[in-house]
Amino acid sequence: MKLRPIAGIALRQLYLMRSSPTRILPMVAWVAIDIVVWGFMSRYLNSVAGGSVNFIGSLLGAVLFWDFFTRVMQGVSMAFLEDVWSRNFINVFATPLLISEYLMGLVLTGVTTSLIGLVVMLLLATAVFGLHFLAMGAMLVPCLLVLFLFGIALGVLASAMVLRLGPASEWLAWPIPALLSPFVGVFYPLSTLPPWMRAIGHLLPPSYVFENLRALVAGRGYSWRELGLSVVLAALDVALAGWAFRAVHRNAVRSGLLARYSAESVG
Amino acid sequence: MNLVHARAAGAPSTAPLRVTNLAKRYGQVIAVEGVSFEVRPGEILGLLGPNGAGKTTTINIVLGVLEPSSGTVAIEGLDLARHRSQALAHTNFAAVYAPLPGNLTVYQNLRFFGLIYDVPQLSRRIEALLAEYDLERLSNTRAGVLSSGEQTRLALAKAVLNLPRLLLLDEPTASLDPSAANLIRTRIRAMARDSGCGILWTSHNMYEVEETCHRVLFLSHGRILLEGNPKTLPAEHGAASLEELFIRLAREPLAGGAVADAPARVVNA
Repeated sequence: MKLRPIAGIALRQLYLMRSSPTRILPMVAWVAIDIVVWGFMSRYLNSVAGGSVNFIGSLLGAVLFWDFFTRVMQGVSMAFLEDVWSRNFINVFATPLLISEYLMGLVLTGVTTSLIGLVVMLLLATAVFGLHFLAMGAMLVPCLLVLFLFGIALGVLASAMVLRLGPASEWLAWPIPALLSPFVGVFYPLSTLPPWMRAIGHLLPPSYVFENLRALVAGRGYSWRELGLSVVLAALDVALAGWAFRAVHRNAVRSGLLARYSAESVG
Repeated sequence: MNLVHARAAGAPSTAPLRVTNLAKRYGQVIAVEGVSFEVRPGEILGLLGPNGAGKTTTINIVLGVLEPSSGTVAIEGLDLARHRSQALAHTNFAAVYAPLPGNLTVYQNLRFFGLIYDVPQLSRRIEALLAEYDLERLSNTRAGVLSSGEQTRLALAKAVLNLPRLLLLDEPTASLDPSAANLIRTRIRAMARDSGCGILWTSHNMYEVEETCHRVLFLSHGRILLEGNPKTLPAEHGAASLEELFIRLAREPLAGGAVADAPARVVNA
């Protein structure tokens, strides 16, 4: 893998953001609105519960984690969708660029955009609602790593789906996080779920993050073993997503889909 | 396998492009069948044929965005199937159906593709191309708002960014006025002559083909029907002009006598 082609893919997104405020605004506006809404909701629930439960830590913290994950996924998919929207596939794929370099470029873009969102969320949650995020200590590292890796995996998988099914299927990609959220237990313990949903939840790495976040806020401590397992699961998901993208790309080259994408004949 | 070995084992020739027995089938539909030819250093080879003849299919296969059903493509002696990235590093292209991203400026487009092609001393190369293709004053203009002529100049500047050994041009002058088209043709001829790069050129403008190409191939129904020098070919086949010969082959590709029976082959004109 070469660094310059990877930088090229990421630089393109930077150029687009720099030239258009409408691309920057959603990166910070939606996460800020989420933090404000859930921050006041957490404060209200704290006042109702009379201090028996720390909703700022468990609820607002969970929202912050979840938003970070969805921003990573969207950052990766958006960079890919730029090539869909500008019908740029032939220009990009008829070059020496390796698929691994292309995907790394998408990931680099996702990292950059999601970190901007994370900083905005942290500033708001800390300054306005007193969320002591850093109090999570070393647990923060595996938590953010899991959400980051799983976001990348889903972003790459969503890109593979759009490549396979055509541009119109981008509308199937956006709701993927919402589809997963009931199983992951962002706002409630997995034990609340029926067994079949719980079983699915255990296969999704973010569920371990939210379970351990709740345990930490409740003063029960957290499990390094579970967090370690979730990191491994998330890394496996990244590998699977990369494999799926390669397989879809190979099939698109074989069937002629990739060439037709640019010739605007995909239905 | 390193590149030196790949070349030594893969092909004895260093022709910029060698296509051997290329075929692409979609079920029962044949897009390209038994196509073999080569583009030599410094040569401009015209790929002619009616719509649906298989020109774009052939170009897409050479660009690596379409996998052939059978046959091989070697770029600078490198087998495209086995050394895709290294082979495509010697290639570039401009095609009317693949416009550059309209939301990037002229400079940003060149920088983006320069990084993808890993062009050394990129800033200097971009500056030189902006001057050469008269794009300096448009450097900060988005590609999407350029005129057809300006977009073509940008596409050509991008196509030569990496000093390719093989350049594929799919109707590069299709939307240009005669003066702009003439300038582009002059520039491309000079490039082939000076750099020794091989060029595969498709066009429906027979005057342009006659003026620009050293050699032409006629494709019809996915097969090569005819090849030769565009200046002498019409007379050899009893046609008054290349355009007349084109029309005859396009309308009655199987009624051309010896022409129709010509087998697909590696061209050695």
